[in-house]
Amino acid sequence: MAKQVDSVLPGWGLSLGVTLTFLSVLLLLPVSLLLLKVSELSSSEIMAIVSSKRSLAALWLSVRTAIQAAAVNVIFGTLIAWVLVRYRFFGRRVLDACVDLPFALPTAVAGITLTTLLSPKGLYGSYLSEWGIDGAYSPFGITVALVFVGLPFVVRSVQPVLEDMNLDLEFAAMSLGASRLQTWVKVVLPSIVPAMVTGFSLAFARALGEYGSVVFIAGNMPLRTEILPLLIMTRLEQFNYGAACVLAAMMLFVSLVILLGTKFLDGGIRTR
Amino acid sequence: MRLAWLLIVALGVPALLSAEHRLLHVSYDPTRELYREINDLFLADQLRKGVIVRIDQSHGGSGKQARSVIEGLDADVVSLALGYDIDEIAARSGLLSKNWRDALPYNAAPFFSTIVFVVRAGNPKGIKDWPDLLKEGVKVITPNPKTSGGARWNYLAAWIYGRSIGNGDDSGREFVSKLFSQVPLLDAGARAATTTFAQRGIGDVLISWESEALLILDLLAAERFEVVVPAVSILAETPVAVIDKVAEKKGNREVARSYLEFLYTVEAQRIAAKHHFRPRNPQVAAECAKVFPLVEMRTVEEEFGSWAEAHRTHFEEGGVFDQLFEG
Repeated sequence: MAKQVDSVLPGWGLSLGVTLTFLSVLLLLPVSLLLLKVSELSSSEIMAIVSSKRSLAALWLSVRTAIQAAAVNVIFGTLIAWVLVRYRFFGRRVLDACVDLPFALPTAVAGITLTTLLSPKGLYGSYLSEWGIDGAYSPFGITVALVFVGLPFVVRSVQPVLEDMNLDLEFAAMSLGASRLQTWVKVVLPSIVPAMVTGFSLAFARALGEYGSVVFIAGNMPLRTEILPLLIMTRLEQFNYGAACVLAAMMLFVSLVILLGTKFLDGGIRTR
Repeated sequence: MRLAWLLIVALGVPALLSAEHRLLHVSYDPTRELYREINDLFLADQLRKGVIVRIDQSHGGSGKQARSVIEGLDADVVSLALGYDIDEIAARSGLLSKNWRDALPYNAAPFFSTIVFVVRAGNPKGIKDWPDLLKEGVKVITPNPKTSGGARWNYLAAWIYGRSIGNGDDSGREFVSKLFSQVPLLDAGARAATTTFAQRGIGDVLISWESEALLILDLLAAERFEVVVPAVSILAETPVAVIDKVAEKKGNREVARSYLEFLYTVEAQRIAAKHHFRPRNPQVAAECAKVFPLVEMRTVEEEFGSWAEAHRTHFEEGGVFDQLFEG
């Protein structure tokens, strides 16, 4: 057993016990049941499900739109966090509270609202279609919905780091002759990159599994706008629990790889 | 100690006084308003006979509801969008007989519907029957048959038409394949497809249950849409069944049975007709003959053998519907 880290507070055994029980009941058990279901299938059956054109198309679409959405969120989420922390203006607190709206709003409501706005006859969609862009019922629409659900993750990850940052460092850099851009890139950015990476990972993971809002906006056409969570739902609907679990495990695996990749990248940045 | 007694009395006495039957009715989505009205009538009817009944309703997508019952939701009765879903409950849970259709008249479907088209006012694309759906530039809205029970009726109705114009299944497949190439998106459920067509203004024609189509005219401006009835369609039976073993365990067998029988009474049939389901009772059917136009309706059994067969051929993984997209 791991040695207790010097702590003045008692309760190590109890807290570890609660932690392990909680995680097992809520996380490990469901996931192992999923894997158990997968193991009931033969490896050729699993391969057939994983390598079918439709599963791969859905996986690629889900991963691609989730990465795009997380990337957009990193840029704009960081900007929003910056504005909320560094500037004082009328309505800042209201704006700050608004950032959490995507958490509070049922995803179906978000999906329906965005679809209405982006559909060819909608408020945004009618402009987009003039430029030949399909708003709703396209990968673009899926990305927009995923940006919406993922936004708070980046803002809420970066915001506290910015709040704790020592302004003296920036002043010192400036007084030593660094330009504004240099100060930002060499002083501010390095200290918030880990938070940005965390935000990216969270937003990505959330987006990859998102179902509620996306089914409304996606159009759900096989091979074109069918996301992996929908394919899983479809398999469940056919009482095909095995295939659903294989697809779920595949999604779990891919997201684990990508999350580990970002952690690795983050580690590389931190030690530099 | 005194508090404990108080609790026992407070909780126990009402339970003894009201030996009520509490039914759980698991149904699909668009029957919410229909059963609310019928239930009130049934409860009043039972009360006159000295039986206190309470009915809890659960609504959701038909396939999802069937899955919940299979996985242990203790429904006394179910009413679902297609017989296949009840077949699955019988096959996978064994909670009711596989011959549940014989338990009540008309294949255990007290009312039925058919598949029709909804077009925009004035019918700008001139859609009168199935072949018009394939016209150049006509966009067709229908939900995903993989996730929506209603969409399976649409698909099978199109297949029946396609088969009737040529040499059997080949022409059926050709028609359905061309039809789905005119479909720009596949909503997950029937109601979502209705929203896409009616609220968002997408597509030229919506394939839909007649009951849903007439509801659109009721709820949204009737002058914006028209219902077009094709010459050939499908007899869309939406059946009901008592989940025998559950009802028995809860002591509700008799009540559940009389509840479903009540659906065949003139009063209940009138309510169904009001909610745009076609009644089976000859008297009520005659009363509303003007509302429901005559359509040649084929049944799943005569065209496909059985729901199970239709499902295996068309909607299973790798079935005909998947082949349309995966080539």
